[in-house]
Amino acid sequence: MDIAVLMEWIVAGLVVAGGAFSLIGSLGLVRMPDFFTRLHGPSKATTIGMGSILLASALYMSVRGPGLSLHEFMISLFIVITTPVASHLLGKAARHRRLPGSAGWTDGDQARNR
Amino acid sequence: MLSLAIDVAFALLGLSLALTLLRVLRGPDVVDRILALDTLYVNSATMLVLYGLDLGTGRYYEAALLIAMLGFITTVVLSKFLTRGDVIE
Repeated sequence: MDIAVLMEWIVAGLVVAGGAFSLIGSLGLVRMPDFFTRLHGPSKATTIGMGSILLASALYMSVRGPGLSLHEFMISLFIVITTPVASHLLGKAARHRRLPGSAGWTDGDQARNR
Repeated sequence: MLSLAIDVAFALLGLSLALTLLRVLRGPDVVDRILALDTLYVNSATMLVLYGLDLGTGRYYEAALLIAMLGFITTVVLSKFLTRGDVIE
């Protein structure tokens, strides 16, 4: 098998997997019952979806373009660094606002039971 | 083969953007809306990268990086404002 054809198959698989991961993340955002479970979908699945599509893009540009294409990994690295920070701050904001969990507990109940 | 895969990925990403927009509109608390907006930013940057892959140019990475940065800064500023009541103390 030609290396270009093999590369095209790998890139196609990565692109579809990235779209599917993004869709799973958004589906979790819509379907989960409360905020703290909703935080999981975008912070994990959507990050992997974007990383997968960026990896596909880097492979494709490296095969087709004049040389190695690495500046996609800059976006990947940025997303991987910033998403946990943003999720942590959002969780802190939700705790500050005393949002209820899915079982009906709030942060105060949790502290009282401890 | 690759163009079909890119079309499928565009459809999946469009569906996920629609679902995220539904959460922006419906979210019971303002924190849900901020989280959905952050997801919307990341998905838009992903879609822009995919569009650059479709056209075969590397011209859209800067735009995608810019969108990702704006999304992160927006999320941090809004959560900080909700937590502390002020952005820069």
